[in-house]
Amino acid sequence: MSRRIDYNRIQDNLFRIVGIGCTLFGLLMLGFFLYSVISEGWPRLSAQFFTSLPSRKPEEAGILIPLFGTIWVMVLTSLISIPLGVASGIYLEEYGKKNRLASLIEINITNLAGVPSIIYGLLALEIFVRILGLGKSLLSGSLTLALLILPIIIVATREALKAVPKTIREASYALGATKWQTTWFQILPASAGGIVTGVILAISRAIGETAPLIVIGAMLYITTLPSSPMDDFSVLPIQIFNWLSRPQKGFIINATAAIIVLLAITFILNGIAIYLRNRWQKKVKW
Amino acid sequence: MTTHKLLAENVNVYYDQAHVIKDVSLTIEPNTVTAFIGPSGCGKSTFLRLINRMNDYIDGFRKTGHILIDGEDIYDRKIRVEELRKKIGMVFQKPNPFPKSIYENVIYGLRIQGINKKSILDETVERSLRRAAIWDEVKDNLNKSALSLSGGQQQRICIARTLAVEPSIVLMDEPASALDPISTAKIEELIYELKTQYTIIIVTHNMQQAGRVSDRVAFFYIGELIEYSDTKEIFINPKKELTQNYITGRFG
Repeated sequence: MSRRIDYNRIQDNLFRIVGIGCTLFGLLMLGFFLYSVISEGWPRLSAQFFTSLPSRKPEEAGILIPLFGTIWVMVLTSLISIPLGVASGIYLEEYGKKNRLASLIEINITNLAGVPSIIYGLLALEIFVRILGLGKSLLSGSLTLALLILPIIIVATREALKAVPKTIREASYALGATKWQTTWFQILPASAGGIVTGVILAISRAIGETAPLIVIGAMLYITTLPSSPMDDFSVLPIQIFNWLSRPQKGFIINATAAIIVLLAITFILNGIAIYLRNRWQKKVKW
Repeated sequence: MTTHKLLAENVNVYYDQAHVIKDVSLTIEPNTVTAFIGPSGCGKSTFLRLINRMNDYIDGFRKTGHILIDGEDIYDRKIRVEELRKKIGMVFQKPNPFPKSIYENVIYGLRIQGINKKSILDETVERSLRRAAIWDEVKDNLNKSALSLSGGQQQRICIARTLAVEPSIVLMDEPASALDPISTAKIEELIYELKTQYTIIIVTHNMQQAGRVSDRVAFFYIGELIEYSDTKEIFINPKKELTQNYITGRFG
């Protein structure tokens, strides 16, 4: 009997060690990556780097245009994907009947979330760039990214809505509220934390995307700031990709510096998401 | 023909293939308390929820027969279900206040009707909370979250919220089953007082409670209405053996 207990304990400890090892592996890799990027790119981060246009000389080049492009894309993608995604999520969860068609749609949306992003690029090239004639504009790029993160937003919205107890819906209906009133006054406020968190994480994924934008032909080298959604554009990941493919050491350093900027934006967004999630969790206790 | 408060005629309910209410007919008179009793799954809650049409959203729900309230078929096409639910309030098993202030909880039913006048809202809040016998406990904290109250207080907030829209019937689905004995006593006392202004239908698993609060008792068993008569009658002199066995606790 005690042998059996000894064996169980050894098994337990063994897994603890393996688990720590697995976790450390990920952390060490991330740490190494951050260290190499920051040690190489940090000195390059100067006011000049943020305010300069592209240039043939690495020390004169800057990220003004792709940084602006990224902000533009972030705003436009949000404007397109948030209403579409949240509305779809609400429809599917609160209004749609739970039949076989609904579960088919559900499976397909989950599948869409896993489709490689370059496929979205090909779809967008055909529909937005060619058929709708939007060209390789900011609007095309934002529509492409919006499409890419739509399934993520829909799934996040549905999960957040599902977390609201059924008893709240019943209480609202029983007082004579319509579905929309129930959704607007009770369900959405109670699930806002989850929805916002999901949306921010989706946006932070979108701004790191490169492949679909390259497919639709986002410009690698432009020298004017975009001033409308129909203008050509570039974004940080594309600029990084561009610089990394140059032979000169100076451009590699530029790329690592741009990576730091992109990482900072992503980390800030994720930080906001985590903050909001914690705050809302504290506020709503059932 | 006198008009009953509620008249149910040959009501059958199906969830997909399952036949959960079998040919139930009964009448309920105004300003009475009627208790629905019976073992779990006997259909009493389903029947209760027919009266404010809360089953409408359940996929696979189907009903035959008629339910008339004040002589009007509530499943008629021209009846708006939102309108109906203002007339027929409901209190649930688990206290389910909205995660908002006490004040906002009570006036929710008015807000959704587009009533925003402060004086009307204030007056409604006080009147409803008084009727639900909780005004004295919360009058100084109306802006506090309703979720911060105890279970028994939450349930009385839910009752106040229901009364705020001036229903004529109040449905209660085991309103005290999640509460401690003292809160339960308060709710029962309240039910007794509310009877003067409302018609109350209560589902309960507690025989003593049914005996204490109700005028009439309906005993359901596997979807059928087995016996329906005055409370005294059913507890002292039940007609059916099944009823006798259930109320004496021989099964349940």
